[in-house]
Amino acid sequence: MLKGLIHQLNIFWSQIVSLYLVFMHLFQKADTVEYPEQKPQTFPRWRGRIILTRDPDGEERCVACNLCAVACPVDCIALQKTEDEEGRWYPEFFRINFSRCIMCGFCEEACPTHAIQLTPDFEMAEYVRQDMVWEKEHMLIDGTGKYHDYNFYKVAGKAIGGKGKGEALDELPPTDRRSLMP
Amino acid sequence: MFSFQVGSLLNIALILGVVLTAAALLIWMERRVLGFFNDRLGPNRVGPFGILQSVADVIKLITKEDWVPPFADKLTFIVAPMIVPIVMLLSFAMVPFAPGVGIIDMNIGLLFILAMAGLASYSAMLGGLASNNKFALLGGLRAAGQMISYEVFMGISLLGVVILSDSFSLRGIVEAQADGWYVIPQFIGFMVFMVAALAESHRWPFDLPEGEAEIISGFNTEYSGMKFGLFFVGEYIGMLLMACLIPVLFFGGWHAPFGLEFGNEIISGVFWMGAKTMVFIVFFILVRAALARPRYDQLMSYGWLVMLPLSLLNLLITGAIVLMQRSS
Repeated sequence: MLKGLIHQLNIFWSQIVSLYLVFMHLFQKADTVEYPEQKPQTFPRWRGRIILTRDPDGEERCVACNLCAVACPVDCIALQKTEDEEGRWYPEFFRINFSRCIMCGFCEEACPTHAIQLTPDFEMAEYVRQDMVWEKEHMLIDGTGKYHDYNFYKVAGKAIGGKGKGEALDELPPTDRRSLMP
Repeated sequence: MFSFQVGSLLNIALILGVVLTAAALLIWMERRVLGFFNDRLGPNRVGPFGILQSVADVIKLITKEDWVPPFADKLTFIVAPMIVPIVMLLSFAMVPFAPGVGIIDMNIGLLFILAMAGLASYSAMLGGLASNNKFALLGGLRAAGQMISYEVFMGISLLGVVILSDSFSLRGIVEAQADGWYVIPQFIGFMVFMVAALAESHRWPFDLPEGEAEIISGFNTEYSGMKFGLFFVGEYIGMLLMACLIPVLFFGGWHAPFGLEFGNEIISGVFWMGAKTMVFIVFFILVRAALARPRYDQLMSYGWLVMLPLSLLNLLITGAIVLMQRSS
């Protein structure tokens, strides 16, 4: 009887305590971020809208290797390779369907030239569905994105106009097989 | 006719207008204050401070498809949501807001309100039954069970007040509290009535008839549009009624605390009545924010094994003390 009474009083007291604790939250600042007026802080590694970057010389970084399209789990990337007269590869078209994109960042990981990068921009709503499909001219920016010094053709072995075999950074000239006599 | 007199046309129009506006504002205020309790902001977009949120809600509810399920009992389905707002508004006729402000002063006002509160649960019961849906039926059953077990000690807890004031008229009860509020001699009665009032207006933590975690939305599962809106508004008018009744019965109604009266007695009375009502509305919202819903068997055993004996004990002690005082 007494034990039961104490139990009931305990239950009652715990209700009073939780009422008090919740009441004290009235005097705390709300955690809400009032979004359209107050922008949340996003970080450089945020996986938002996808861009295509240029190398420090202002040329397109993308070499149309298709690795991003292969890595993409939702198949939202489509591109076609072409080549200019100097021998540089570049995409003839590069199309991302942002209504399918899941912002996983696999394309950025797969890219051998740091061309495709994800940015902190997350405001991607559109009124017309077709506006979610972005072409190369929409995505290509003038800067270098997150990697300022990287220039693929400066370190790659491929010969292009103005740079022959063996002239890349840290690259030895091609070995003359005929001088390798025992 | 157009003066401040109980039952004048001005009074009727003002009280009806104020109660309906307050019920609409209450929907916004509850969400807003609940937000503050949860460290959120609540609805603050429509109008200044979001005060027009209820207008937006009403426009949304009215423009929704008003659908009656083909398997439902049509007449009952349509009548059920009308009962609760009508009955709750009828109860407001009894509430004395200030000297000379009120719609009617019946000598059985308290009994009338208890009877109307009992009728209000027909809304949930019939709505649940007519929907012909097992979850709605469960909600209606719960509403019926809760009504039966909580109505009992709700009435008994008020008998202490009736014994002390010698009156069933709410105006008489308030006038008898001129020299001391009944919350002090009737503290147990106040606590019991508070719990019963929460249960009676189906508010958290006694919202088992709705019980959205278990039975979808309980008795109003099949309702949409303005029919659902009527249930909703009825619930809020009920909350307002209970928040008005507690000051009237236990906190001296329009009497100012610590002699803080000002102006003429009508202005002061309406102000203090409104202030006390507001305190209890905020308390109801606090209870919603803080307390968890009990299991149904816990609810029942709590009602019958704790609250009923407590209210009977309160009645017994009050009666004995009053008898002793009067015979000596």
